[in-house]
Amino acid sequence: MKLQKVFARPASLAEISFHFCPGCHHGIVHRLLGEAIDTYGIREKTIGVPGVGCCVFLYDYLDIDVCEAPHGRAPAVATGFKRVLPRNVVFTYQGDGDLGAIGMSEVVHTANRGENITVIFVNNGVYGMTGGQMAPTTLLGQQTTTSAFGRDFHRDGYPIRMTEMLATLEGVAFAARVTLHNAAGVKKARKAVMKAFEMQLNNMGFTFVEFISACPTNWRLSPEEATARIDDEVLPYYPLGIYKERKSPDYL
Amino acid sequence: MSERQMMKGSVALAEGAVAAGCRYYFGYPITPQNDIPEYLSVRLAEVDGVFIQAESEIASINMLLGAAAAGARAMTSSSGPGISLMQEGLSYMAGSELPGLAVNITRIGPGLGGIAPSQGDYFQATRGGGHGDYHVIVLAPNSVQEMYDLTIKAFELADKYRNPALILADAILGQMKEPVLLHDAPQRVPGKEWALKGAPVGLPTKRIKSLYLKDDEMEKHNWHLFRKYSQMREEDTMVEADLDEGMEVLLVSFGSCSRMVQSAVRMARDRGLKVGYIRPISLFPFPGDALREASEKAGKVLTVEMNTGQMWDDVRLNLAPGCSARLLARPGGGIPTPGQILEEAEKMIKAGDEVAKSIC
Amino acid sequence: MYYDVILSGFGGQGILLIGDLLAHAAMLEGLHVTWMPSYGVEMRGGAANCTVVISSEKIGSPITDEPCGLIAMSNPSLLKFQGKVKKEGLMVVNTSLVDSQLIERGDLGTVPLPANEIAYQEVGEHKMANIVMLGAFLAGSGVVSMEKVEETVDSFFEGGKRKNIPLMVKALRRGFQHQKEGMEHAG
Repeated sequence: MKLQKVFARPASLAEISFHFCPGCHHGIVHRLLGEAIDTYGIREKTIGVPGVGCCVFLYDYLDIDVCEAPHGRAPAVATGFKRVLPRNVVFTYQGDGDLGAIGMSEVVHTANRGENITVIFVNNGVYGMTGGQMAPTTLLGQQTTTSAFGRDFHRDGYPIRMTEMLATLEGVAFAARVTLHNAAGVKKARKAVMKAFEMQLNNMGFTFVEFISACPTNWRLSPEEATARIDDEVLPYYPLGIYKERKSPDYL
Repeated sequence: MSERQMMKGSVALAEGAVAAGCRYYFGYPITPQNDIPEYLSVRLAEVDGVFIQAESEIASINMLLGAAAAGARAMTSSSGPGISLMQEGLSYMAGSELPGLAVNITRIGPGLGGIAPSQGDYFQATRGGGHGDYHVIVLAPNSVQEMYDLTIKAFELADKYRNPALILADAILGQMKEPVLLHDAPQRVPGKEWALKGAPVGLPTKRIKSLYLKDDEMEKHNWHLFRKYSQMREEDTMVEADLDEGMEVLLVSFGSCSRMVQSAVRMARDRGLKVGYIRPISLFPFPGDALREASEKAGKVLTVEMNTGQMWDDVRLNLAPGCSARLLARPGGGIPTPGQILEEAEKMIKAGDEVAKSIC
Repeated sequence: MYYDVILSGFGGQGILLIGDLLAHAAMLEGLHVTWMPSYGVEMRGGAANCTVVISSEKIGSPITDEPCGLIAMSNPSLLKFQGKVKKEGLMVVNTSLVDSQLIERGDLGTVPLPANEIAYQEVGEHKMANIVMLGAFLAGSGVVSMEKVEETVDSFFEGGKRKNIPLMVKALRRGFQHQKEGMEHAG
């Protein structure tokens, strides 16, 4: 029997080892992006716009053209790209703080304009790069380096559900929340990324995929415990699913 | 188009952008610069361009960043507070070496201030304005014709140096109408091999970024940027001078204020006074050499500004040794009248050498 | 040659328009010219004025402290600017709207000009008071020729507004005539 290659590194994923912490899910998101880019054969026309935070490692890991954006501004930068290069594929790659706090205005208005770009949102409930501070997505009661006594809604407000919120906007073509903490989740996540890119290629409008991810380092948990926490605490507040999938290019 | 047309400064600036091949505008409304987006929202549609009213100045400057990184000539415009919000993006653009144009039709500050003419944003414009060790190219028109011409020039310089450029003007220049001669020749946008358009097979992918975390990388990058600023000083300093043989005082001013100074110079010469006049057109790079030479001939220098004294710092840094210098300052929407300027110039001619004193 | 004039009144009276026409005509004469508006806070009902500077040489300041001429179409604008007009300067005052008793500059020999009545009764269109004022100013100042202003009026308007051109020309000429006769009468 001849051996067949059934699993390989996507060509658009650079030949570099990830420096992400053990148990971090950013690596999987990168891989899924690489797979989608390879599948659609769009490596030559894809431009990535990562935000600030652990996202900046994307500069090195994906073998595509990449442009930096100031913290939170990736959707605006991506808008500039897409308006100049409407036939290219443009995506942003943003974390909780980048997208849900400082960049809330940019993502909401980019979505509302129905910009034909894809926003990849990695929700791990903390500011990973800067040392695990409270994020807009941090769960109530969750201890972080800036919510030592646990997130308290009287002081800190409630965790924001970005996918549900964006799904209400007419400009949004696709909004889904997926998880990466088990194989079934990764499979669905792959489908969601493929769908988002496909819809962008079909000029359907703004597409959004939120990834529930683990940050064991800043959660102060082992990778295994972090996985369990996603089931026990995170998913009950952030239900998975496709919140919006438009069938035609625009509302009208 | 060889005939002169009466045109508002803001409209001339917008036409200059179109003539320069700019097809992308991103901006947010603020008085007194609204004529620019209003006009371009129609004008860009006529040339298959893109006009986006962004949700904020922060978004505007970052859309400009993206469009510039994609290789396009693109612009934004705003006024004082909005330009403050853009400083982060301008810093990133300077760090990432991206060309683009921002226009500041200034307001009075600090804070919400007022909408009358002011030159209070000179420091912000010429010192970089945001965080880090950088400068933007700053051009200061003083006529409607220059609103047109210098906008084209700003795009050229931005592309030449891969650096953001800024037009610094005010409500006088934005609202005033004067005859303008528009140029026939359309500008060609130079090829930008560094721009991101997706990497063709077989060619390496590219990065546009200002982040350099490895040892020594950032120091090298800062020196690289510094060399560009030095080259700007040598090759692209712009100045207007109207010197007088045997002049007894040299008047220095920029932008709209220089128009009042020009009137004062004419009045002074009518009275037989020997006065010279020099106007920095590029505020960065600042025409220090030209000022030094002229000040050496005059011995006395009167700086006139519509702020409490900002270009005054650059003037004093670039005076010939032994010159006496005074400042006539009118902040907060005050406009120095030609008569007032003439009076100060006369005082200075009569007075002995008083070094570095300001008149407020 | 140098001439500067402040045109002033309420927003909605067409002050900026007559400034525009004057400036445009000066350009057609081959002169240097600037037009500088100053809006009230409200576009209508508030004060509106603009300054037009015309010169055979390059123009410095586009604003003026001591204008050669003033066109005043409201009480507040007369009160604000009449003190600034140069000695032997020109003041054209719309006495349909401005209280003649407020005119303090006797030295200027101002001709009373009921522009609204002239526009209504002689031109047949009450909205042409501003154009009547411009015509009077041309007669008083001689700064640009009536011919160039009429040429400007003809080139300035497009579409439906073109139907008003004959009336505008009439208004210009009526204003011109009144000012001229008034000046002759005053000697």
